[in-house]
Amino acid sequence: MNQFIDWISQPWPWYVAGPLIGLTVPALLILGNKSFGISSSLRHVCAMCIPAKIPFFQYNWRKETWNLVFVVGVLIGGFVATAFMSNPEEIIIATQTQADLAALGITDFSGLMPSDIFSWKNLFTAKGIVFFVLGGFLVGFGTRYAGGCTSGHAIMGISSLQWPSLVATIFFMVGGFLMTQVLLAPIMKLIGV
Amino acid sequence: MKEAEKNIQEVVCDSPNSQETGERGLALMKYLILGVLFGIVFVKAEIISWFRIQEMFRLDSFHMYGVIGSAIATGIISIQLIKRFKIKSIAGEEIKIPKKEFRKGQIIGGFIFGLGWAITGACPGPLFAQIGSGFTVVIVTLLSAIAGTWVYGRFSDKLPN
Repeated sequence: MNQFIDWISQPWPWYVAGPLIGLTVPALLILGNKSFGISSSLRHVCAMCIPAKIPFFQYNWRKETWNLVFVVGVLIGGFVATAFMSNPEEIIIATQTQADLAALGITDFSGLMPSDIFSWKNLFTAKGIVFFVLGGFLVGFGTRYAGGCTSGHAIMGISSLQWPSLVATIFFMVGGFLMTQVLLAPIMKLIGV
Repeated sequence: MKEAEKNIQEVVCDSPNSQETGERGLALMKYLILGVLFGIVFVKAEIISWFRIQEMFRLDSFHMYGVIGSAIATGIISIQLIKRFKIKSIAGEEIKIPKKEFRKGQIIGGFIFGLGWAITGACPGPLFAQIGSGFTVVIVTLLSAIAGTWVYGRFSDKLPN
């Protein structure tokens, strides 16, 4: 039993996690004839709370309640894994990434998220505006404009061999590389991390 | 008007629900359980970590590529098996996978999402798992993502699609 607890507390390698995530695709199809996708939940929240007579939000969101239930499950899963199965060791980050990030002013590598950035005390600072407000806005706007995110396009779309999803995934990566490799350093300098 | 309707129709393609039988109450619990399992994997494989996303975009680690690649491989095999053996959903319906039409949004929107992904270290799924893991400030990111979705919906007819 102790061995099992030790094992489950370790970070899981990609060849365990990836196939488990991939199995969500047939699980949703077989359980309820549903295509996997997460960013649509954000749209359902808009349709439910602030439709404002916008045609894009006029549809039967009640039929899509399952999607909202699913993301609530993801939130609970995050809690369960952290509270009961968490790895006591520090996260091991590639040394090159650590060196690059240290040059940008990130010094705390102990948690899953850098505490230098992701804490409430930063909310009303330039850091908070860029990392929470702007970042979140780009994620919400971009995924909806693209018609899906990593789950809907990269996993569900490519798994069902749909080339538009491959195009979307390529541009997710292009945006991510540009932000990380080119824009992040000047932004961090500007907001004074 | 016809054109506008067409655009909206095309956008409804993210996670289409092809089930004809309605589901309420306890029938929805299976999606909750699936979500919980999914959230656990997200945390245990450190996919929700901002650092892992940085490693990915800096090409310093294979981890995220391995996760996404093997997830896709598993998805491809599963869908081929479902098609080959004409597996039905538990409600007895034929499994349908709606087609995703190509639009300019997949390029422009995809690029915009990529920028945000590298800043927040999260796509929409991990946002929920990050909050559950105790990074409560990510609630602000989530609210902002909902605002971004709303703004897209508000101006979608004025954007190139």
